[in-house]
Amino acid sequence: MAKSNKPIIWGAFAAGGEAVSLVAPAIILLTLLAAIGRVPPGLSYEQMHSFAAGWFGKLVLFAIVFLSLWSQAHRLRITCFDFGLRADGLVATLFYMLAGAASLWLILILGNI
Amino acid sequence: MMDVRVAERQTDLEILRYNPEIAGEPKLERYTVPTKTEWCVLDALNYLKDNVDPTLTYRWSCHMQVCGSCGMMINGEPKLACKAMLRDYPGVIRIEPLAHFPVERDLVAVADDFLAKLKRVKPYLIPLEKRLPEDGEYRQTPAQLKRYRQFAMCINCMLCYAACPEYGLHPKFIGPAAISLAHRYNRDSRDGGRDERQEEIATAEGVWECTFVGACSEVCPKHVDPAAALQQVKVASTVDWYLEHFMSWVQK
Repeated sequence: MAKSNKPIIWGAFAAGGEAVSLVAPAIILLTLLAAIGRVPPGLSYEQMHSFAAGWFGKLVLFAIVFLSLWSQAHRLRITCFDFGLRADGLVATLFYMLAGAASLWLILILGNI
Repeated sequence: MMDVRVAERQTDLEILRYNPEIAGEPKLERYTVPTKTEWCVLDALNYLKDNVDPTLTYRWSCHMQVCGSCGMMINGEPKLACKAMLRDYPGVIRIEPLAHFPVERDLVAVADDFLAKLKRVKPYLIPLEKRLPEDGEYRQTPAQLKRYRQFAMCINCMLCYAACPEYGLHPKFIGPAAISLAHRYNRDSRDGGRDERQEEIATAEGVWECTFVGACSEVCPKHVDPAAALQQVKVASTVDWYLEHFMSWVQK
């Protein structure tokens, strides 16, 4: 049997899992702090805006959000399967298209910063 | 004062009986046996076979969690009958053959599929350098031993296959124990057979069928943690894939 090409999908899935479990909680915490008016030093709106406006910042944000979307789409697909929804082709297409559409939207948002 | 360790009780067992020579579906039969608190389920089965019904068929050998023969479903969970203590099961104990395998007779599961898969992944040392006896032994540091020792603890009891929902859905999946054992030799400093094993396990039927449910590691009686082995194989196979496709000049 030939070796599988699954690593392309799984590599992004695993990286996304890391992004979700390590980066996302930090972002949630920082956002909550900002919401109650306690912006951590160095993370003011102006500084974050200038980070997101540069090409490096855009690349970092895109990588984190894209990988997270991809990994969660994959996880939802597998969860559906485990819960007995066996129309895997349809479910996979739906979730991956959602992640893809959200990624395109993200490119638009980043492009407008 | 009564010693609780030797306290006796009547234990109700519900055992799946199936005899291929007699037409009919497998069905649960109820038995009541006098047991002692410190007995394991295997002791109760042995009592039953010796004193009540000698036709009851099941596999066992060592009675000490080493041979891996007495795997069966106990109250729906894959367990070694010699490791499942009666004191942990207050009510009726339901005993069935290992899930996901065909039944040969009573509690005996057909292991052919697992044995064929085990053979495919070459779970033995394929020496990196050929040495003659006069060249001396293969030397290994404690650190090198530690890299694979945990995965070498597997006793081929097949509990992980009975627990794995992926194996239940896709019987072609090479499965937790066989891939963990392949990984055990891949991580051995004396071994040079990884490329051969990857041809079997880095495939769609191999490690990529695993969705990391983790049930294998929960039921493993020897704490091999097959789920961890399979995740490590996934990472290594992903690195391989990128090297093979983009940096084929790099030695793996």
